[in-house]
Amino acid sequence: MINIIINMVSRLLRGIGSRMIARVWRLGAGTRLFMLAIVYSGESFRRFHLTLREVYFTGVMSLLIIIVSAFFVGMVLALQGYNTLQKYGSSEAIGVLVALALVRELGPVVTALLFAGRAGTAITAEIGLMKTTEQLSAMEMMAVNPIARVVAPRFWAGVISMPILAALFSMVGVLGGYLVAVPLIGVDDGAFWSQMQANVDVRADIINGVIKSVVFGVACTMIALFEGFDAPPTAEGVSHATTRTVVISSLTVLGLDFVLTSFMLVV
Amino acid sequence: MTSNIVEIDNLSFGYNGRVLHKGINMAFPKGKVVAIMGGSGSGKTTLLRLIGGQVKPTKGEVRVNGQVVHEQSRDGIYQLRRSMGMLFQHGALFTDLSVFDNVAFPMRELTDLPESMIRDLVLLKLNAVGLRGAYKFMPTELSGGMARRVALARAVALDPSIIMYDEPFAGLDPISMGVICGLIRSLNDALGATSIIVSHDVKETFLIADYVYFVANGEVAAEGTPEDLMQSTLPFVHQFVHGEKDGPVPFHYAAPDYRAQLLG
Repeated sequence: MINIIINMVSRLLRGIGSRMIARVWRLGAGTRLFMLAIVYSGESFRRFHLTLREVYFTGVMSLLIIIVSAFFVGMVLALQGYNTLQKYGSSEAIGVLVALALVRELGPVVTALLFAGRAGTAITAEIGLMKTTEQLSAMEMMAVNPIARVVAPRFWAGVISMPILAALFSMVGVLGGYLVAVPLIGVDDGAFWSQMQANVDVRADIINGVIKSVVFGVACTMIALFEGFDAPPTAEGVSHATTRTVVISSLTVLGLDFVLTSFMLVV
Repeated sequence: MTSNIVEIDNLSFGYNGRVLHKGINMAFPKGKVVAIMGGSGSGKTTLLRLIGGQVKPTKGEVRVNGQVVHEQSRDGIYQLRRSMGMLFQHGALFTDLSVFDNVAFPMRELTDLPESMIRDLVLLKLNAVGLRGAYKFMPTELSGGMARRVALARAVALDPSIIMYDEPFAGLDPISMGVICGLIRSLNDALGATSIIVSHDVKETFLIADYVYFVANGEVAAEGTPEDLMQSTLPFVHQFVHGEKDGPVPFHYAAPDYRAQLLG
């Protein structure tokens, strides 16, 4: 009886240990890929058209989902904001509420979540399939470094695209909020814009939002690239890797957002 | 001065506790077409990966142009690979690039040739494999045989001195098989290269190979010219060459007693 219990406990501990080792190994391998992507970035800038091509696939192709989502998010913010603010007689502050919510939080965070779902999954699936169909091996055998040729341009494309997409998200969101607040609800046009202008700070709000979106860009793109690179070369392997990209990216973005916001509020 | 462009010396390799090769010796003379044959899972493709430096041997060494592959730095291995071309089993064409761009890929990546010269060279290579007219196609628009031919044009794009073929005949119709077969021999002779073919297609391989190695159980089970091997009385070679169902490689995978298993 004691032997059975000892066996069960030891099996449980071994299971936990092996899972922990696998997680730490993946973290190390992901960090290594990140470092290599930085080291072999020269090609991405020397032949900038390679990076631009990826900016098109990751950034430009994500525009539609970003703009439509931003529009609705801005409209909902205005509706909800007005509903609360009018109770306190500050419905003119609706412009500030919409702008600050978008620039500080929702712009970078929702953009990153949508980016992970739209562009991140595409990157993982593409690289996973390149691995499955031996395209990466073929590149290696041609003496072409896949990290310099495949990973680095996609990495920089993600880092470049994310702040631009987040800025567009905030801009379109403010426009959506304006359309609901001013023409639909009847908030004063001048108060909407002037309060926003007076209370949104470039350093504390906009720059911090940009910093967040750059960090999210690095995290989401790197996670997508690593999952593709690490995917077992089977249909099932690529499918699991794509799912992991969305799950890990989303959790990482939300976690990082808390950490960054804490630092930004303290500093 | 050796005339062998690739030499495998007492090579052993394995992973995850599984031994794949046990002290293999092979030589690939300059200008010859040499085949490595054996059953599925016998480690033939891994030998190509060892020659290309994609994996490291656990013992022994592979020498390419007299240089030990696994002792090279990353840059050294890349330098060695510039003298190699490889045709992968399913072509491994870049699916986001057209046929033209696939063949131009190594030229654009590894040379400073002007675009006008790259254009001429690509058309030259595509003409050699009979697909100059398909230069605008995307890989998804090609049949299996055509994709293999484009991959062959890409493999020889920089006139390599060693061309490796991983199962070049697998899954092809007889016409495509004949075309690939002829191209391997003619490109080898035209470029003065050394070809290493990994295959289990006896008829086609014996037609073009100058020398054949048989790999079984991690060792070189037999070697010789195709004529020698056709006459071989070695049980494994005889079974393999004549496609016999049973022999040293049994039809039945190891299993418990049939009667006992059926009766529970």
